[in-house]
Amino acid sequence: MGALTLTNITKQFGTVDVIKGVDLTVEPGEFCVFVGPSGCGKSTLLRIIAGLEDATGGEIAIEGRRVNEVAPAKREIAMVFQSYALYPHLTVRDNMGLALKQAGQDKATIAGATDRAAGMLALGALLDRRPAELSGGQRQRVAIGRAIVRTPKLFLFDEPLSNLDAALRVQTRIEIARLHRELGATMIYVTHDQVEAMTLADRIVVLRAGRVEQTGAPMELYNNPANTFVAGFIGSPQMNFLKSGALGLASDSLGIRPEHLALSRDAGAIPGTVSHVEKLGGETLVYVRTDVHGLLTVRLFGEHDYTVDEAVHLTPDQARAFHFGADGLRLR
Amino acid sequence: MATRTPISRSIAAHAVLITYTLIALFPVFVIVINSFKSRRAIFNDPLAVPTAETFDLVGYATVLKQGDFFQYFLNSMTVTVASLFFVLLFGAMAAFALSEYRFKGNLLMGLYLALGIMIPIRLGTVAILQLMVASGLVNTLTALVLVYTAQGLPLAVFILSEFMRQVSDDLKNAGRIDGLSEYRIFFTLVLPLVRPAMATVAVFTMIPIWNDLWFPLILAPAEETKTITLGSQVFIGQFVTNWNAVLAALSLAIVPVMVLYLIFSRQLIRGITAGAVK
Repeated sequence: MGALTLTNITKQFGTVDVIKGVDLTVEPGEFCVFVGPSGCGKSTLLRIIAGLEDATGGEIAIEGRRVNEVAPAKREIAMVFQSYALYPHLTVRDNMGLALKQAGQDKATIAGATDRAAGMLALGALLDRRPAELSGGQRQRVAIGRAIVRTPKLFLFDEPLSNLDAALRVQTRIEIARLHRELGATMIYVTHDQVEAMTLADRIVVLRAGRVEQTGAPMELYNNPANTFVAGFIGSPQMNFLKSGALGLASDSLGIRPEHLALSRDAGAIPGTVSHVEKLGGETLVYVRTDVHGLLTVRLFGEHDYTVDEAVHLTPDQARAFHFGADGLRLR
Repeated sequence: MATRTPISRSIAAHAVLITYTLIALFPVFVIVINSFKSRRAIFNDPLAVPTAETFDLVGYATVLKQGDFFQYFLNSMTVTVASLFFVLLFGAMAAFALSEYRFKGNLLMGLYLALGIMIPIRLGTVAILQLMVASGLVNTLTALVLVYTAQGLPLAVFILSEFMRQVSDDLKNAGRIDGLSEYRIFFTLVLPLVRPAMATVAVFTMIPIWNDLWFPLILAPAEETKTITLGSQVFIGQFVTNWNAVLAALSLAIVPVMVLYLIFSRQLIRGITAGAVK
């Protein structure tokens, strides 16, 4: 029995199929990340789990209990939203305690739970402020605190870091990972950012156009993608796709990650010219224009001096390459 | 940094605005100054401000003596405030339903409710009068409140539903997950965020009601239900018009509606959405 079981979930808006049959089991204590491009249905799926949307077909079960007909407040879930969604008229303390108050808990219990959550997130000094008096990062911490207070069976996160700046995003990401370890709770996290997915997840669910493309641990998806979509989506910079025919191979296309392309000034399998160089200090990204394969990305470690329009040669590391068929599926 | 507007353009803009303000305020100004003058002075020089010589409170004295003007004020106030309350309450609730819930006929229902903006309610005067006679509501303030509520609802629903669409879905959903009822979500989360829109609707609804002569004349002309605009008409005769009294009554009639306007305009300006989202 999983913490969450989805059985053949479908969702239509009018005549448009948004979710086209999703089956998924999330184990207790698991950190499961839904990732995919915008419009793939990941947020809709999360809203169906929360009960904010009704599924057109299929069954949702939380800890083995069917909840299709159960109101959101009775599903014992908590949700953190992208826009924080704090109640503007309540203080931080009341924001965090509202759900318990609605559930009819007594004051001492509410105060205890609020203080405990505030302690975990270092919100103690902010408890009597209103949301308008907080910074973006503080607001999102309050929103996470509001979720913790309820001690839910399921935590749902809907792109919680998208409104934060880069530095705060990394910090909050680490904080969420720490909370997951401390609480041992089941968490479902929606994002379009594959870096968040890779760093947080126990298991990633890659969605495209309302269907699950592949599920698995981050490194499993990275090292063993099932098709060109997953191969291209997981990993940054994106994987290069070479035309196999031009290399004398039987498959349709050859996927090779930027770090597995060797760059040489003297000799190599594919000739090209440097079109752009990005120096990041620890690594250097070289974009090479080739006649047959288009623009390819090469990732070199350390600092390298290449100039634009310089003639270079590329050699793929065949042992690390992935072969794909014409339908996009991996050939094994 | 944004380029500053040249000072000449700023002066031109202000000149246009000030001119418009003067034109708009001029009739009000003439009414108020003449209400403090003697009858002879009004006709001798209508644009002169009252001096020690021409100053005369006879108009106000007439208004306060003749007829029960305090009662008229009370009637106008009761009708305006009650209608406003119902327009805002039902308008906001209908707007919330239309903007928040997906149901069959949502769009048609919205169009139907907005249709009243284009059809003047006075076209239905005869039918309304028959209805009020049949239900025994003639010469009651209830009749006026009902008619004005119907008159104000279309615009209120139209404006408020547009504003309510902009209220963050996340906030309402957070409320649902925390176990708030739809009514609490509406009253405690959504309404405070659309307060500026409510104030706009209130001002647009209030002024035609306060100024209306038509329906009080037809539905409630009895002495005890007269409104201030209807009450002022006693001084306008076919042959003789008591201008002092008319001007004094009109000057007095401006005051309450102005107070209401000031209350709502503070809301118009106050930004209260800060901190809810983003």
